[in-house]
Amino acid sequence: MIRWLIPMLAALAFIQPVSAQDRMPPAPYAYTQLDDPALEEQARELMHTLRCLKCQSQSIADSDAPMAGDMRHQVRTRIAAGESPDQVREWLISRYGDYVSYEPQVSATTWPLFVLPIVLLVLAGTVLMRRIGRRKGDDAVDDAA
Amino acid sequence: MKRLRYTLWIVVGFAAALFGLFAYQLSQPKDDFVESAMVGQPMPAFDLPPAVESRPGLSRADLADGEPKLLNVFASWCIPCAAEAPQLDALERAGANIVAVAIRDRTEDVDRFLAAYGNPFTRIGKDDISEVQLAIGSSGVPETFVIDGNGVITYQHIGDIRADDVPMLLEELRKAGS
Repeated sequence: MIRWLIPMLAALAFIQPVSAQDRMPPAPYAYTQLDDPALEEQARELMHTLRCLKCQSQSIADSDAPMAGDMRHQVRTRIAAGESPDQVREWLISRYGDYVSYEPQVSATTWPLFVLPIVLLVLAGTVLMRRIGRRKGDDAVDDAA
Repeated sequence: MKRLRYTLWIVVGFAAALFGLFAYQLSQPKDDFVESAMVGQPMPAFDLPPAVESRPGLSRADLADGEPKLLNVFASWCIPCAAEAPQLDALERAGANIVAVAIRDRTEDVDRFLAAYGNPFTRIGKDDISEVQLAIGSSGVPETFVIDGNGVITYQHIGDIRADDVPMLLEELRKAGS
């Protein structure tokens, strides 16, 4: 086993990563924090709620894809230029639709998400109230008997 | 009592409909394409330096000169971009004016790519931080946009152009010109 392990490890050292990606350095603010800690905090919070478009189950804060880095650069430079996190989110939504945001906004297509839970709660509450009410009524009848 | 029964059945029916919807959606193949919300919108302002010496760079003004164009978003490191090269060539021969944005690419790599697969582009802008790509709602390479003479995006094609996409793109280009 050990005899095989060493040549195998040696071979591993020569494997080149398949370069399906570019060889450009990351965008300036892809991995560099903003100097102002308050702005960096805003940018960071926003980045955790924006979807990486290349790796669609990750936020751009979690992804090492070059495109996620370019999106972080956009977020940081726009925040540094004085835009609010909501303005940056709106900018991206106007490019990619609601899909790019992990924070659901109430819109023409998403309103059922917000209304349905309330409807369900009211429905469940009504059924429950009726049941409890009926049982109380039954008890009263029992007592009388 | 009777009325309660009915209410319960309504709840059951509602839950069944909801699970039916889940089952239907789960059985549908996943759509990885993110469509641009910029179709129908004017091209945002940008100004990119040339990606290679043999072609000028690309700015918004170049896309609003009265002539409809195809805007190809590509990169030398992108394999499907090489696969669509013959189709871009066919589009150019059919009279399409094709401009391009090279995403995160080095000049020598773009030169090598064009030498190997042909250069159907009249202009190639160099976008090192995907700024134009993000500004037009493109989420990968390759993508091809149809831009009308006023610089308005009229169509987005996601992924490589297959041979049977060529007539459709020419038609979209013709529509953008009328």
